[in-house]
Amino acid sequence: MPKLIELANGEARWADDAFVNVTDEDAIPDSGDVILSLARFEAEGDALLSSNSRRVGVRIESDQEIEVLAYDLPRIAVVALAFPKFRDGRAYTSARLLRERFKYDGQIRAVGDVLQEQVGFMVRCGFDAFEPSDGATPEVLTKAANRFRHVYQRAADARAIALDERAL
Amino acid sequence: MYQYDLIDKEFLADRSAEFRGQVARRLSGELTEDQFKPLRLMNGLYLQLHAYMLRVAIPYGSLNPTQARRLAEIARDYDKGYGHFTTRQNIQFNWIKLKDAPEILDKLAEVDLHAIQTSGNCIRNTTSDPYAGATAEEIDDPRVWAEVIRQWSTLHPEFSYLPRKFKIAITASAKDRTAAKVHDIGLLMRQGRDGQLGFEVIVGGGQGRTPYVGPTIKQFLPTDRLLSYLEAVLRVYNRHGRRDNIYKARIKILVAALGAEEFARQVEEEWEKIDAERADLPAAEYARIRAAFATTTFETLPARSDAFEIAKAKDSAFARFVRNNVRAHKQPGYAIVEVSLKAADQTPGDASAHQLEVVADLAERYGQNDLRVTHVQNLVLPHIKQDDLPTVFAVLEAAGLATPNIDLISDIIACPGLDYCALANARAIPIAQDIARQFADPDRAENVGELKIKISGCINACGHHHVAHIGILGVDKKGEEFYQLSLGGSGAEDASIGKILGPALPADKVATAVDQLVGAYLNTRADGERFLDTYRRVGLEPFKEAVYAQAD
Repeated sequence: MPKLIELANGEARWADDAFVNVTDEDAIPDSGDVILSLARFEAEGDALLSSNSRRVGVRIESDQEIEVLAYDLPRIAVVALAFPKFRDGRAYTSARLLRERFKYDGQIRAVGDVLQEQVGFMVRCGFDAFEPSDGATPEVLTKAANRFRHVYQRAADARAIALDERAL
Repeated sequence: MYQYDLIDKEFLADRSAEFRGQVARRLSGELTEDQFKPLRLMNGLYLQLHAYMLRVAIPYGSLNPTQARRLAEIARDYDKGYGHFTTRQNIQFNWIKLKDAPEILDKLAEVDLHAIQTSGNCIRNTTSDPYAGATAEEIDDPRVWAEVIRQWSTLHPEFSYLPRKFKIAITASAKDRTAAKVHDIGLLMRQGRDGQLGFEVIVGGGQGRTPYVGPTIKQFLPTDRLLSYLEAVLRVYNRHGRRDNIYKARIKILVAALGAEEFARQVEEEWEKIDAERADLPAAEYARIRAAFATTTFETLPARSDAFEIAKAKDSAFARFVRNNVRAHKQPGYAIVEVSLKAADQTPGDASAHQLEVVADLAERYGQNDLRVTHVQNLVLPHIKQDDLPTVFAVLEAAGLATPNIDLISDIIACPGLDYCALANARAIPIAQDIARQFADPDRAENVGELKIKISGCINACGHHHVAHIGILGVDKKGEEFYQLSLGGSGAEDASIGKILGPALPADKVATAVDQLVGAYLNTRADGERFLDTYRRVGLEPFKEAVYAQAD
């Protein structure tokens, strides 16, 4: 089970993961925070959210569109976006839309084939939590997230881009 | 050309440092080849048949002399003394050692060159008009917009892991020298009735196994909305392009599956949701980029140069060079000079270190420090004074760079083929050389006129055979190299996909078949008709007969 790393203000650190992953087959535990598959969330999410006793997250696979969560987002604590392979780049779009279009301010967690090489892109698209599958440590992720002194295009992060720097 | 500032330079330095670390981790075994592959590919490093190949981007085909000299140095120090210009305005070095790659990238970065996104499933180097800033045909300088795209697409966080590679071409002339209609996105600059500039946007053209001339999905996109619209196109593609089959993953397959109209609708829908304030650049940034290009200053010269006219009258070889390799410039007294990399015994697109230096010197001395690369694998000196043409010709000729064959039958595009490439089924280079020899007589070649032959060593079509007047595709028949001919393709403004002529031919029959095709054309052509025009008028049959009748 990969450990969770959270990133805030360009600094990555280990984090305790309070959430339990619930796949389509699993029973939902009686208590505690859970991350549900989309199917489970659609079936049982409402009841769990209404009980108000625990935090609920949703795991979105790369072929699922985050728009389906639009209505529930304010009540969702974590959106876990899956990378079935690191080459599958759909989650980058999902993350940007969550942050920029739906103004989601909960946690966006990268799960699956999550490698340090891609973390810089993930951070720019709005991910702030990672379950690295390559054993990357917080030190490595901090470095990966800050490797480039400049970026050219606006994304979900608040970084000043080249044109802002040039305007100074 | 565009001047890099400190930000651009620091960016390249950071990129180079990152790659150095990745190579070290690969060499130590920390990264598996599978994990390393996409990283090296995003830095232009392929593993080919014999060695690593490094593909260096020449952004929109624009080079300065310092950069050309650095490419020469790399060819000499790390390769076998030459480089190969590709059909997408890049240069490839075919004999690179992995351990040298970081040092090469450092040396490139010193002169503002890089290999970023010259491979991988990301947005590649943007193709643009090699005559930009020099031709009177253009309604704006397309390099400004190509540079806007370069910056936007460089390490784009959302679009670096697309379903497949993604290529954009941009032109602002009616005559298309970029093959825009067979790119993933082709941007054709248009002028609205009110004088406003915009782009006709073509999406889903392509070659490879399933060639398409791309459909227009937007008739007029105002230039200042370019980036938000590109974002919308890429986002629709990133989400919905196929990822289950590498051969069906290009955007052309998505556009064809949805239909151009539905695809366009989805893009519009996404575009309306994008915050233009954030996605599009402010006017000041366009102006800054435009100003960063304003480095050419033309003298006021008479339209007619006496030195030039006298040399033409005196020297028939020079006159021939002028007829075929020199084009009209927007500024009176100047000319655009095409430098052919298609000498008879040369590998199409190859340039030696010495040749690169010769062209660099000419650009510096006579050509406003400007040098271009064409997608036809030639070089261009875009700003030469007519007075200097005789000297420039003499220097080029001495270096084997004055072959007077631009757009003629021996100006052949060929992929590296089985001589270098791991994907190829057949060789392409020797076929090109056979044909060039067959038509070595320059009078005959000129009489034949514009004829675009393009050769691919496999179905991936890197040699653009689908859009050739005569296309040649290498196929493997029970271990033997055969070649399938097709006719009537064009990658220009009148883009079309060629039709297969008939059964594939063995290697030693290809040049003869081309000769027979040319014979049929010469017998049939009406006044002023190019090979392509005659083919379009009379169809495949007379050509088929010319090649296959005797064989029966």
